[in-house]
Amino acid sequence: MNIILSIIYLIATVTFVVGLKMLGHPETAKKGNMTAAVGMGLAIAGAIFLTDTQVPTIIYVLIGAALLVGGIIGWLIAIKVEMTKMPELVSLFNGFGGASAALIGLVEFGNITSATETTIFATVLSGVAIGAITFSGSLIAWGKLNGSLKSVVKIPMYNIINNLFIVGIIVFSIFIVYTGANSQIVLYALLLAGLAYGVLFVLPIGGADMPVVISLLNSLTGIAAAITGILYDNMVMLVGGILVGSAGIILTVAMCKAMNRTLGSVIFGSFGEAAAAGESGNKALGSIKKTNASDSAIMMNYATNVIIVPGYGLAVAQAQHVIHELEELLVSKGVNVKYAIHPVAGRMPGHMNVLLAESNVDYDLLVEMSDINPQFNNTDVVLVVGANDVVNPAAHNDPSSPIYGMPILDVENAKHIIVNKRSMKAGYAGIENELFYNSKTSMLFGDAKAALTELVSELKGM
Amino acid sequence: MNELIEFISNNLQITYILILATFVGIEVIKSIPAVLHTPLMSGANALSGVVIVGAILVMLKSSPEDYVALALGFVAVVLGIINVVGGFAVTDRMLQMFKKKK
Repeated sequence: MNIILSIIYLIATVTFVVGLKMLGHPETAKKGNMTAAVGMGLAIAGAIFLTDTQVPTIIYVLIGAALLVGGIIGWLIAIKVEMTKMPELVSLFNGFGGASAALIGLVEFGNITSATETTIFATVLSGVAIGAITFSGSLIAWGKLNGSLKSVVKIPMYNIINNLFIVGIIVFSIFIVYTGANSQIVLYALLLAGLAYGVLFVLPIGGADMPVVISLLNSLTGIAAAITGILYDNMVMLVGGILVGSAGIILTVAMCKAMNRTLGSVIFGSFGEAAAAGESGNKALGSIKKTNASDSAIMMNYATNVIIVPGYGLAVAQAQHVIHELEELLVSKGVNVKYAIHPVAGRMPGHMNVLLAESNVDYDLLVEMSDINPQFNNTDVVLVVGANDVVNPAAHNDPSSPIYGMPILDVENAKHIIVNKRSMKAGYAGIENELFYNSKTSMLFGDAKAALTELVSELKGM
Repeated sequence: MNELIEFISNNLQITYILILATFVGIEVIKSIPAVLHTPLMSGANALSGVVIVGAILVMLKSSPEDYVALALGFVAVVLGIINVVGGFAVTDRMLQMFKKKK
């Protein structure tokens, strides 16, 4: 390998580390992303033009065509996608990365001879297996998030089956390496097993835990890239992949913490089982009080302090622009308005911040959980839009609840609570919310966008 | 076990890099505010697209007559670059929204 290419790879590797570091701080995040992108561009250009091989022109043309086609597709998807669809998109892109790693392994398998080093053989096989798992797992996650795969499929004893499956894949790979059975049939069997495991692994996991799964799969793609890096003795792939792999694990754990879950309970789904048990024990919690847009509007109009709690329902209904209109209207009437942002509000951690930023909500109005919780005591009206589990007082006072111990927004301390929901259906955790039966709570039923639009027009008439 | 020892002795440098890079990754990401989880995940996702370098190497090594290898390599490059370009572009779009206001 020539020295210029090595230096280019070195520079790219450094930009990845620096870029990732900068992405972790709000002020430098944008620059960090750019830095890493430039490094990636350098690495790609270097790989094409500086690799020492005699390559016929037609190959360059093909590579150029592939880059152009894929680049345009990626760019178009990125600029067109709605911000509410972000979790699906990350998942889809991640699946593509995994597929890419698996395909490389497939091609490299053909170059293996009996003289090939065992480690190289093992590397190729793990690339195929991990790439296939990431690909099919990400596609299932994508399907679950965009609603085409609705139900949580629970195969009986899926934990045992899944664990046996993964052990089987590993044993099978070791068997292939030792026997040197490099026939195409063995390869495709491994590929299929990887694809099947990806499906089995993600299928039983609930929608609310999907961000954690995506983050985990993302980390796996990084590992697949690193493995491919070992194969080619290529440092930028090795370090870049490992970086994503380990950072992905840390990010996954951070997300679990924000959701009050352990990684084990996400993967092994003990949450779903606990919730099902809780459901059977549901008792009547009293009666609810319904309200309408005009009463809610009056209440908010005469309030001094209003806190808005946006949740998943707001994201689904695409109501982030209407809520900003409502907030501006209230502010113009002299009401103090703030948003209370739970760390996992929206469809993935930090998602709500992106959505509200998209609709131009002033950043200073978004208050994090620990800062806003003491303020609920002085709040006249809390408007909860499409949030459920993150305002469920059971997290504080019901040790038997599956969400017990989860950090929540203490909205029950406010003087009045208006809850906008489509119906009385339970949230992701599948449990009842006694907040709705609180005497201070009024329920404003309806689609978030429709209900908020009505609220806005009522307020305008006042 | 012998295989592992063989791997380490043959690839001592790579083993060092593997372990040290793991720590770098962990240290770099430690304690990020929840606000940035979404963009960070999407940015890291774009970085994992570095696998495209391997896809390009596959194509460079293939002979023009090996249609299967070329076709698989072609698809791998397309998928890889979608991951890279799409990932960085969408992260930038998200962060742009944060930027607009102070």
